[in-house]
Amino acid sequence: MIKVTELTKRYRDTVAVRELSFEVPAGVVTGFLGPNGSGKSTTMRMIMGLDRPDHGSITINGRSYHDLAHPLREVGALLEAKAIHPGRSAYHHLQYLAETNGIARRRIDEVLDMVGLAEVARRRVGKFSLGMGQRLGIASALLGDPGVLLFDEPVNGLDPEGILWVRNLLKGLAAEGRSVFVSSHLMSEMALTADRLVVIGRGALISEGSVDDFIADTTGSYVRVRGPRLDEIARALESNGASIEPDGDDALAVSGLDIVEIGEIAGERRLVLHELSPQAASLEEAFMSLTHDSVEYHGHATDVVVATGK
Amino acid sequence: MTTVALPPVHTSSAAAGRSRLWRSEWTKLRTVRSTWWTLFAMAVVTLGVAAIAGATVSHNWHTFNVAQRATFDPTGITLKGLLFSQLIIGVLGVLVMSAEYGTGTIRSTLAATPRRARVLAAKAVIVGTLSLVVGEALSFSAFLLGQGLLRSPAPHALLSQPGVTRAVLGGGVVIALLGLFALGLAAIVRHSAGAITTYVGVLLVVPIILQTLPSSFSQPILKFMPFHISDVMTSVVTAGQGSSLSPWAGAGVLGLYALAALGVGGYLLVRRDA
Ligand SMILES: Nc1ncnc2c1ncn2[C@@H]1O[C@H](COP(=O)(O)OP(=O)(O)OP(=O)(O)O)[C@@H](O)[C@H]1O
Ligand SMILES: [Mg+2]
Repeated sequence: MIKVTELTKRYRDTVAVRELSFEVPAGVVTGFLGPNGSGKSTTMRMIMGLDRPDHGSITINGRSYHDLAHPLREVGALLEAKAIHPGRSAYHHLQYLAETNGIARRRIDEVLDMVGLAEVARRRVGKFSLGMGQRLGIASALLGDPGVLLFDEPVNGLDPEGILWVRNLLKGLAAEGRSVFVSSHLMSEMALTADRLVVIGRGALISEGSVDDFIADTTGSYVRVRGPRLDEIARALESNGASIEPDGDDALAVSGLDIVEIGEIAGERRLVLHELSPQAASLEEAFMSLTHDSVEYHGHATDVVVATGK
Repeated sequence: MTTVALPPVHTSSAAAGRSRLWRSEWTKLRTVRSTWWTLFAMAVVTLGVAAIAGATVSHNWHTFNVAQRATFDPTGITLKGLLFSQLIIGVLGVLVMSAEYGTGTIRSTLAATPRRARVLAAKAVIVGTLSLVVGEALSFSAFLLGQGLLRSPAPHALLSQPGVTRAVLGGGVVIALLGLFALGLAAIVRHSAGAITTYVGVLLVVPIILQTLPSSFSQPILKFMPFHISDVMTSVVTAGQGSSLSPWAGAGVLGLYALAALGVGGYLLVRRDA
């Protein structure tokens, strides 16, 4: 498991990550979401001991990365698609990594098999397609059979078949009890893969918790109400504590009251309703609204931090 | 996927960790073609120059005047090709480090070995060993080839003559120390082009600039320049004793160049973000 505490990273005049704290527990896929430039890759590099935080700490299974005697046996990472010398073969790339951490040779063949590169193992990586390069990166991450895995945008450049393969791989790794941390700026991808979410905007935490909680707590799921006398309906609901926003030209988006309460209130005042339907915003919409907030009201980003339920 | 239990690490001693790192760096070095191309190029120029020098001196000996004959150094002349090899070994030394930055593999490397100074130390061991072995092999081959082509009346040298073995061995030592110097430079500069430019600048450009300045100013500096030192180290007959370091002092200065570059490079490697 990974524990990140009050992490801050500055690059000259940009604050890439600010006071970020979260956990990546074992046995589940934790999605790491944020718009472009929100600090996901920076955070992952700091977890891997590559970039030095200005403030805060990171532990992996209770220890700092620097103190891991055989880091590849504890943490595996796919950081960038092309962190591989194009002139070297896939096998040799894995071989030099294995040698540093005392990993047996036969493990190289195993991971090459696992990612489907066994046949091209001796070919130079420069000749690989984007997807093959990505698979080799994943093979490097799996090489030491680590309990903690990080993947930075692993489906980048993959075809639908490849995306499905990665998705199932991540779930499988988590099901084996590993901590799996995967970044993406695509909410839809995370909706299908992740159990938990860590959402950041402008380097700061916006939300941490289960995917279900995330939707429930942040979408402000609302009730769509239509009727001939919308103004009166709006006034009546507002006096009962609802907050109202127009939903298109002829409907209201009502939050703060559920459909039963809205129906009762309308009935009491003999207001005819043409529609009364609960609307669950999609994960995508939730993400958009959250990260939109983090851009618009960045000074208040902490206001929307969702309880993590630990 | 299948989980395969890894065998436990048998030896966790510092020595075992070191030799694993050395093996890994050797794997990296031997599995890229640039290594073999640079070594091949070194062999071609070093032996080529030795052959040409031996043949032309034999052919033109009758045109040499008395002074030229008196200062003729059959050892030094056959080792002149090592000057080109010094430039080429610089490319190899630089690439060992800068290619990791260029391709991004430095991240894999440092994630696998978070104790960064050990990574540079392992690279130094591998680059130093390889360049020493190759340098000595080329130096001796060039010497033997050149001597074989020197025909009487031109004199030729024997390893048993005073200073000759020292000069031939010196040729390999220069190659090794300059390879390490280049490695250190690349750890500082991190880009292939920038590091190679710096290296060539120190070896070639600085001495050329110095030579345009008044000799009272340039002489005391010139004798510390790598090419000048290597010339002294690979020669038996040295012209102008006072204006040069001794071969041994020269080797020490080259060693300091390498040590300084590796020291600064190592410090920066540990301090900077990868
Ligand atoms: N090495 C660096 N030097 C300077 N600024 C950097 C560096 N790395 C990242 N940044 C800045 O830090 C911020 C966060 O970048 P980061 O790459 O971590 O975002 P990200 O969430 O991974 O984005 P994306 O979804 O585009 O991959 C950006 O403003 C970026 O410009
Ligand atoms: Mg990124």
